[in-house]
Amino acid sequence: MLAHRNARVAAGRRVAAAPGQRAFVGARPCRQSLVAAKAQKKEMMMWEALREAIDEEMERDPTVCVMGEDVGHYGGSYKCTFGLYKKYGDMRVLDTPICENGFMGMGVGAAMTGLRPIVEGMNMGFLLLAFNQISNNCGMLHYTSGGQFKTPLVIRGPGGVGRQLGAEHSQRLESYFQSIPGVQLVAVSTVKNAKALLKAAIRSDNPIIFFEHVLLYNIKGEAGDKDDVACLERAEVVREGTDVSIFTYSRMRYVVMQAVNELVKKGYNPEVVDLISLKPFDMETISRSVKKTRRVIIVEECMKTGGIGASLSAVINESMFYDLDHEVVRLSSQDVPTAYAYELEAATIVQSSQVVDAVEKVVGRAAVHA
Amino acid sequence: MAMAAALQGLKVQAGPQLGQSLARLFASAAAPGTIKVEVMPYKMHRLDAPSNVVETSVEELKTFYHTMYRMRRMEIAADMMYKAKFIRGFCHLYDGQEAVLTGIEAAITKKDSIITSYRDHCQHISRGGSIFSLMAELMGKAEGATRGLGGSMHIYNKKGHFYGGNGIVGAQIPLGAGIALAHKYRGEPNVCITMYGDGAANQGQKYEALNMAGLWNLPCIFVCENNHYGMGTAEWRAAKSPLYYTRGDYIPGIKVDGMDVLAVKNAVAFAKAYALANGPIVMEMDTYRYHGHSMSDPGSTYRTRDEINAMRTERDPIERVKKLLLANGVDAAELKKIDKEVKAEVDGAVEAAKAGTIPPDHWLWKNMYMAPLGAEVRGVLPGVYKSPDFDPEYKN
Repeated sequence: MLAHRNARVAAGRRVAAAPGQRAFVGARPCRQSLVAAKAQKKEMMMWEALREAIDEEMERDPTVCVMGEDVGHYGGSYKCTFGLYKKYGDMRVLDTPICENGFMGMGVGAAMTGLRPIVEGMNMGFLLLAFNQISNNCGMLHYTSGGQFKTPLVIRGPGGVGRQLGAEHSQRLESYFQSIPGVQLVAVSTVKNAKALLKAAIRSDNPIIFFEHVLLYNIKGEAGDKDDVACLERAEVVREGTDVSIFTYSRMRYVVMQAVNELVKKGYNPEVVDLISLKPFDMETISRSVKKTRRVIIVEECMKTGGIGASLSAVINESMFYDLDHEVVRLSSQDVPTAYAYELEAATIVQSSQVVDAVEKVVGRAAVHA
Repeated sequence: MAMAAALQGLKVQAGPQLGQSLARLFASAAAPGTIKVEVMPYKMHRLDAPSNVVETSVEELKTFYHTMYRMRRMEIAADMMYKAKFIRGFCHLYDGQEAVLTGIEAAITKKDSIITSYRDHCQHISRGGSIFSLMAELMGKAEGATRGLGGSMHIYNKKGHFYGGNGIVGAQIPLGAGIALAHKYRGEPNVCITMYGDGAANQGQKYEALNMAGLWNLPCIFVCENNHYGMGTAEWRAAKSPLYYTRGDYIPGIKVDGMDVLAVKNAVAFAKAYALANGPIVMEMDTYRYHGHSMSDPGSTYRTRDEINAMRTERDPIERVKKLLLANGVDAAELKKIDKEVKAEVDGAVEAAKAGTIPPDHWLWKNMYMAPLGAEVRGVLPGVYKSPDFDPEYKN
């Protein structure tokens, strides 16, 4: 289905944002719809966009509910569920005690009966305690029950390296979850894709692990309206280019774009693709990009060992070896616990200057740009 | 050691004779058809006990006998098939504990939910599954309850509101709380029977679930099937407090003689009414498994054969019901007829399962995801790609 959809995209035809939706009329809007669109879109912060997504979906579907620590009366530790308990009640916005294994299992059990819980981990790192429930009872359930039970769960929360939060609160769990068969991993990066993807994740019947980033909650941007539902398996081409394909996700997108500003001044023309879907990879978009530029740099925040980049690098190597002019380069965090001191913390993650250096090394001298 | 002492106490207090003699006593006095049986008094925690005089009838006892005997023969057949290497891997048998499940099912409806651990063969049957589909699953055949993909520890029956079948000890307990939450969320007058063992009673996630169920008054009945051994470790060596019915602390509890189907039925009916009105309750079923923890465990290195035999002769749940039936005028030949029918059913199911089909290779990639994503899964060798598809009926 995705292959068919990708073919239509490649042919320049309009496609629906998600299965079952009408094609989104966005290519050449007429004057009237432009005005209407402007009225609907407004600038907001990412946490507001996520909150709007949850609110709209809960209103649309009475089986959608939220559970997590401090999501109700406190309003959510990052305000993503601010005020929702007043609108929907304590049962639909459930304040759980601090027991990740327990309430994740509870969310899975409720999902097995047909409810659609959004389970929030206050920090993704805390979900290590719930790993058994996520892996065995959530990811594998549809398969081991012989197709009987589905778990339409969204597991969301902030991860990534923040500002001196310490090793245990700076974890990148996408590396650990990527091996679980049956789950989908999505990482959001902009206000627009955050809202549209969360709506899609809530509507999806698969279990989705939805990665937000601690440092992106206050970024500003335009969010779509209540019918803007993105495709969970589609990567986002942030910048078209010809020299090199830079694959990235989450906050590293901004680090990459910062590097791109400098690179453009130096005469380079990199293509930047935001992966969005960490599992499964959008191989159509990725392979189209690789075939065009023949050079790949992966910029990620997770560890070098066993990270998303490790998997992507292997896939590109195995399926597109003869399309490459240079080995796949991975810029990842160092395999160390994230230090507390500001300078040391900065040294564990990828900085934009390192991205610039990598592009210069991989592409060589800037191509024919005066 | 502790078990022997407990058995002695049992003999002194209320030997198995009590049920019988009282039955004879009451049978003549009660209304025609009704039998009143006095069961072992319940031990209570933070709650008043229900009456321990249970009303039943010959018809009901016959269905209990039939159900329990079916479970027994099925598990024995599984034992033989395992030894004959038709069943591989882990196989945890339920024989000895039949009264617990039979009593539970008699007290609840098919709209209530059940979830349990890996000792789940009989739950599939009691929730409406066929013995054939169970045997086929154990043998890894396509006609199995979960198409040969789950195995012994992953039997599920969605139609029967049976949520599995879980491999990890104790992981089903929060799931059970979640199912109870869903019942309450939807305003359904149903409970979730969350079954676990004495070994799982020491898991942290059980207390997490108890806390949440208590906080929100979820209609969850936590049933601890205390067969006194967590695999090879006796309860007194694993639990500081083996009084499992009290371990809910602020959650009330009731301890039941789990080898007596009437005691179980009465207690679960009481518990269901309580759970729907007030919230969670913990039940401890004092029961016993004749087999080891699984077929890999002989079951005799940590307990004596004398103990196992004593249980069989003095507390066997099927024998108890049989004695009651015989004492109430049922012909021994009629029971033998039931035995023969059940044996034939089980043997037929085993033979049919042996003749089942091996699940085809392409089922390996089915139903990982609900919505087909057009994604491709890489095979073992490079260059091999498979498209997973969504086909819950396994039509092709």
